Amino acid sequence: MSTSEVVRSRLLAREGGEEVYELFIGPQHPSSGHMRFIVRLDGDVIVSVDPDIGYVHRTMEKLAEGREAVKAIPLLERMTIIDSHNVTIGLVRAMEKLLDVEPPPRARYLRTLLSEINRIASHLYGIGIAGIMLNHSTMFMWAFGDREVWLQLAEELSGARLTHTYSIPGGVRRDLPQGFADRAEKAVRYMTRRLEEYAKIFLENPQVRSRYEGVGVLKRGEASRLGIVGPNLRASGVKYDARLAEDYAAYSEVSFEVPTLEEGDAYARMRLRIEEIKQSMSIILQVLRKVPEGPIFAEKYLKLLPPKLREQVLSTGRVKLPALFASMKLPAGEAVARAEMGHGEIFYHLISDGSAKPYRLRVVTPSFRNVILFRYLMPGHRFMDFPAIYGSLDYFPPEADR
Amino acid sequence: MSGPSTREEVKQALERLGFAVEEARDVLRVRLEPADLRKAAEELLRLGFDHLASVGGVDWPAEGKIEVVYHAESYEPGKGGFLVELRAKVPRDDPHLPSLIDVWPNALLMEREVWEMLGVTFEGNPDLRRLLLPPDWSGPPPLRKDFRVEEEGIYVEYE
Repeated sequence: MSTSEVVRSRLLAREGGEEVYELFIGPQHPSSGHMRFIVRLDGDVIVSVDPDIGYVHRTMEKLAEGREAVKAIPLLERMTIIDSHNVTIGLVRAMEKLLDVEPPPRARYLRTLLSEINRIASHLYGIGIAGIMLNHSTMFMWAFGDREVWLQLAEELSGARLTHTYSIPGGVRRDLPQGFADRAEKAVRYMTRRLEEYAKIFLENPQVRSRYEGVGVLKRGEASRLGIVGPNLRASGVKYDARLAEDYAAYSEVSFEVPTLEEGDAYARMRLRIEEIKQSMSIILQVLRKVPEGPIFAEKYLKLLPPKLREQVLSTGRVKLPALFASMKLPAGEAVARAEMGHGEIFYHLISDGSAKPYRLRVVTPSFRNVILFRYLMPGHRFMDFPAIYGSLDYFPPEADR
Repeated sequence: MSGPSTREEVKQALERLGFAVEEARDVLRVRLEPADLRKAAEELLRLGFDHLASVGGVDWPAEGKIEVVYHAESYEPGKGGFLVELRAKVPRDDPHLPSLIDVWPNALLMEREVWEMLGVTFEGNPDLRRLLLPPDWSGPPPLRKDFRVEEEGIYVEYE
C-alpha cells in the first residue's frame, strides 16, 4: 500500500463487530480536559478513537468579524493562553502586511524574546501534563513550578503573566525593563540545571522509557501527508519550522538549530521538547546580547501621536494607544501569515474590505492540525498506551476549538 | 525528491495546466472553477504540496456565492516559504464541491468544519458531522454573513 492508502485507511473510524466495546472518555475526566473521546476496544486493544471536540469552541472567527481589527489581538490570544504571544504574532504579522508597516529592529528582537520565553513555558506545560498522564506527579509539579520562572519574566516584560497583548501592528507595547538581562540569564542557568534533573527523574527513568519507547510511532511520510506541525512533526524527522518558513521577528538574525529526531515515537516527541527548550534559551541569550537600540514602535505611527503623548512613549518605553489606533481602518486586501508556536505552526488568512473590522479572519491552530493524530496513532495499541500517546502530543483543546 | 524546487517552477507547472496564477505576498493564488479543483490539487501533490494548512470559506452574499479557499503547504526544502492558494466559488443556495480527502487526507476535519460553519457539502467526505458546534445545532451556518451575533446586555432581562 502507498503512504496515502495507509493514511486513508487508518483515518476513518471503524465500527467493529459484536465483540467491540465502546468507551466514552470525557468531557469531564482528569486526563481529558474539555474534550471527549469515543474509544472502541477489542479486549484492551484499541480499534478506533473518535475525538469529539468543540466543547470549548468560542466562535473566535465570527467574533473577530464583529469588532475592530486591533481588538482581535486580546481576543485570539485566549485560544492558547499559555502561549499567548506566539498565538497572536501571526495575526499581527498579517495585519502589518495589510497596513504595509514594519516593526523597527528593536521591536523585532523583543518579539523574538517574548516568543521564546512563551515557547519554554508552553513546552514545560506540555511536559508536566504528559507526566501526570503517566501518574508521574513529580514531573508535573516540577515542570509547572519551573514554568513560573518564565511566567515571571514574561510578566516583567509585558505587564501580564499570560495575556500579554505585547505585539501590536508596528511594534511592541513595552520596552525592556532595567536589569532584565541579568534575571533572564539567571533563569537560563537555573533551567539548564533543571533539565539535567528532568532527565534523571523522568526521561531516563526506565519505567517512563518503557511507556514511551516504540509507542505511537508516526513515520516521516505520514507526518508530512497528515500536515502535522510542531515538535510532533520534527520528532518524525521532518525539518520544518515556521520560524524559518516565514520571515518574522528577528529569527533570521540569530542562529539556532531546528532539532529533529528520527524515531517518531512518544519518547522522541518528549525528548524533542527538551531540545527545543535548550535552543530557545540560546536564542534568548543571543537576543539580549544583540538587541539594538532604538524605538519600539514604527515611526509611521509615532508621528500620528500628539507631541505630548509621543514624548511620553519615547521617554517611558511604554506605548499608550490613542483612540484613533483602535478604530484604524485596514486597507482592502488579503494577507496570509504563519508563525511557530510551542505546539506548532499557526496559520492566519485575513480578508479586509477596507473597514475597521476584518471581513473574514481564518485561523488554523496547531492543535487543530494535530487532533487527527488521535484517530491515526491509537488503533492497534493497548488501552494503557492511550494516556502515554495523548500526553506526548501536547494537545490543547481551547486552541483546537478556537 | 525530484521536481521543481522554487516558487517560479511551481507557478510554471500550474500555468502549463492552463491555470492563471496570481503572485501575492507569501502566496501563489489560483482562482478556478469547481470542476478544475481536483486537477490542480493532484498537480500540487505531485509538486510536493502534500497537505493543507487550511480549508476555509468566505461568504459573498452580494454575489450569491460562497468561496472556498484551500491553502496547500509543503515541508520540502525550498518550498516552505510560500503557500499555494486555490479558491473556488459555489452558489450560495446549493454549495457543493468534490471532497479532496483522497488527495489531501488532512482535509478530513477541515472540510467538516467548513461544512458546518458555511454549509458547503463536500461530496465524497464520509464524515460530515458536527465538529465544533453542538450536535443539536440548528439555524443558518454561523460564518455566513446573514447570521447575526446577538449581543446580550450585562443585566438579565425580566420584562
